[in-house]
Amino acid sequence: MSHQISLALGISEDDLLNCMQCGFCLSVCPTYKIIPKETATPRGRIALMKAVQDGGLVTKDITESLDLCLGCRACEVACPSGVQYGTMLEHAKEVITEQTNFSAPVKAVRWLFLKQLLPYPKRMKWIRGGIRIYQKSGLQKIARKSGILKTLPWHMGAFEAVLPEVAPFRAKLPKRVEPNAKTNKPTVAFFSGCIQDTVFHETNVSTMKLLEAAGFPIVTPEDQTCCGAVHAHAGEVDLAKDLAKKNIEMLERSGASYLVNNQGGCGAMLKEYDKLLADDPVWAERAKAFVKKVKDINEILAEIDELPKLYPMNVRVTYQDSCHLTNVQKVTLQPRKLIQSIPGIEYVEMVGAGTCCGSAGTYNIVHYDESMQILDAKMINVINTQAEIVVVANPGCQMQMRMGVQRAGLEGKVRVMHIADLLAEAARLK
Amino acid sequence: MIDPQVKQRLVEIVGENWVLDQPEELVAYSYDSTPMYQELPDIVVLPKTTEEVAKVMRIAYEYGIPVIPRGSATNLSGGTVPLKGGLVLALNRMNQILEIDEENLTATVQPGVITQELHQTVEAKGLFYPPDPGSLRISTIGGNIAENAGGLRGLKYGVTKDYVIALEAVLPNGDILHTGGKLAKDVAGYDLTKLLIGSEGTLAVITKATLKLLPLPETKRTMLAIFKDLTDAARAVSKIIANKIIPVTLEFMDNGTINVVEDYVKIGLPRDVEAILLMEQDGSKDQVDRDIEKMAEICRQEQAVSVQVASTAKEAEQLMTARRMALSALARLKPTTILEDATVPRSELAPMVETIKNVAKKYNLMICTFGHAGDGNLHPTCLTDVRNADEIKRVEKAFDEIYEKTIELGGTITGEHGVGIAKAGYLEWKVGKSGIEVMKGIKKAFDPKGILNPGKLFTDQPRKRVVIQS
Repeated sequence: MSHQISLALGISEDDLLNCMQCGFCLSVCPTYKIIPKETATPRGRIALMKAVQDGGLVTKDITESLDLCLGCRACEVACPSGVQYGTMLEHAKEVITEQTNFSAPVKAVRWLFLKQLLPYPKRMKWIRGGIRIYQKSGLQKIARKSGILKTLPWHMGAFEAVLPEVAPFRAKLPKRVEPNAKTNKPTVAFFSGCIQDTVFHETNVSTMKLLEAAGFPIVTPEDQTCCGAVHAHAGEVDLAKDLAKKNIEMLERSGASYLVNNQGGCGAMLKEYDKLLADDPVWAERAKAFVKKVKDINEILAEIDELPKLYPMNVRVTYQDSCHLTNVQKVTLQPRKLIQSIPGIEYVEMVGAGTCCGSAGTYNIVHYDESMQILDAKMINVINTQAEIVVVANPGCQMQMRMGVQRAGLEGKVRVMHIADLLAEAARLK
Repeated sequence: MIDPQVKQRLVEIVGENWVLDQPEELVAYSYDSTPMYQELPDIVVLPKTTEEVAKVMRIAYEYGIPVIPRGSATNLSGGTVPLKGGLVLALNRMNQILEIDEENLTATVQPGVITQELHQTVEAKGLFYPPDPGSLRISTIGGNIAENAGGLRGLKYGVTKDYVIALEAVLPNGDILHTGGKLAKDVAGYDLTKLLIGSEGTLAVITKATLKLLPLPETKRTMLAIFKDLTDAARAVSKIIANKIIPVTLEFMDNGTINVVEDYVKIGLPRDVEAILLMEQDGSKDQVDRDIEKMAEICRQEQAVSVQVASTAKEAEQLMTARRMALSALARLKPTTILEDATVPRSELAPMVETIKNVAKKYNLMICTFGHAGDGNLHPTCLTDVRNADEIKRVEKAFDEIYEKTIELGGTITGEHGVGIAKAGYLEWKVGKSGIEVMKGIKKAFDPKGILNPGKLFTDQPRKRVVIQS
């Protein structure tokens, strides 16, 4: 097949033509469920990209439709043709970003987060420190009382309300962990993530303890950086590529056999570095080697079959899939198996567990209303399970589900826990 | 271009959010699942009630605007492509299951209900709605009725038309028509219910349907038989039926399809065989066991090289994998997938498959055939590339020959996809001149101004598939 690149969007024509418009993707698209229009479907979005390529539309016309997409990739799994929707979306977003004249505040926020904060773990720590002071000094109480939070842009007040108590500034993951007993297990490098370590540092601690208890020597490379997922989804593909290269070098330097992470979204991005760098003669092969080593915590724990001793927890639990863990990494059975390996747990499968909760990176900030519609529908399914714990596998989902619990008036009745925290609690490692 | 005044009146009926006319919105409603057809509408309207549909139709009638009713646009004959522009009437918001009547065993639904959702809803009550088109996970009941959709269970249970007993539909002038009822027997005048089924949106807009339900079969079993020789497989099919066994599904895959599937899923299918038959039977446990054993025995007698009977649901699932993956595997090979539905009497299966194979060879094309052997409804699927003009010409010629042969064998040009644009050139082959005349007369009686789905079913054009550049 010829690989003609569309001048308009940089999408391969073959990829565009590969969609046979059968519509199977409509049945799994979360945005189509809340907006019954063809422009809110993967098939529609591909048709729009095609139209841009054919000159029937300009990129400005299709921005809204593509922006509304969560990027959950459920359509790729449903697609009989194997259409590379995620790749096409990324290309289109890159072009749209190049052509968009963002307003000054949006520009500033993008610059701050994408370029100045996320790529620098040390700076993210300062953010954590700042949040900690706010939470501990009484400022939070004053702010919440005064009603000032309601006036913040981008629904920041709603997010603030479900922010967990973050770890202190000084909290740090160990650089090296050697298991107590000598094992023949390979050394793993731990990928701590930027948002994960800022908001849910505790989950990283749990994850490392689980790996240690399972007998893995662990290193936490200090030269790791953000995975680049937020950048790629925001159309800053070049920035994402830079970050990818840094992480590939990091893993090579570490000499570890695996790179373990506990974030469904970040893990998916790491596992797609080969796609991201496919056209780069210098990096393509290195990216392929890197991808082979990336593992989600669910995968590595489910594979070894010798978890630390788990004590009974008499509680009803359900699981909310992380889209990228499911649709990109294809990890669905492992978390369920791990949850059910805890004695006494009553596991209830939620209806539509595999459909997006609406967090989707920064989607819940940018498209707050749509995101909340998706979330509220999800919460009905959560309530129907009558579970006391909703288990998650990604920090975005964790924040979103915390918000869902609050919106459904279930605070104090339902806990949202990362699977690593649940297992660490059952193993009494916490 | 739609007159701003008309747009304003449409907005007053359905609300601003549900009238679409931005360039990207028009592009999104310019196609269906049929390759190589595309045409922009002028405006898209998404009504919520029958009353709204009636009001929209009145305006369209007054101004002579073409109206194209649309569900999920999964049809494969160009039926929802707005060939003459106009107004796409998207019925997705009318998606309520209005009633499940357990005394009369009926379901009353709006046209935008998704087929699979109806299945799940009625099955949860121990009831059964058999029609199961391949697109059921997203196709709408309204679309199923408009196209008279078939499916895998057609052999034993029939198709959509066998389950629709009452309809509410809006006529082109905005009048509301009611046909049939919750009745097993009803011969009051012409059967307008049946007339609207399969009318492809050319006579009226279906706004409500009452469907007949059955008790859910107690159990189901699956088996798979592999044949070196196509004639043996066809004989096995005929013999199963001759033995008074009507399996719920009797699916067929030819050598081309088998190889493509094996390349894709690697489940150990033999590559040098001419046919795989996949069979299922449902009903009471004793009956199912008896039928499955008998079918296995018949396949062995007819030289099947292997016969596998699933004993668990999981094994059944594995046996079904090949058939389930057929479309996926085929679709991945080439950019353009043309899925057709040539249909012959069951007894003519072998000569038909043989013809397809020879025609493909003659025109140097890749055509793989799978489909419903039990009811003679085959899906010769041509894998091609729309950018290759020369090949597309050969595809047209090949399908001309294939349809020629179906007619010759007493078959039809379309078993379940409908005529739309894609088969309009062949319709006269099947129904003859007088058939066309009668059909045109019916069309005129319903739609004197010709505003409903114009350019479908009937054509003055020679048979030619073209890519319409918008």
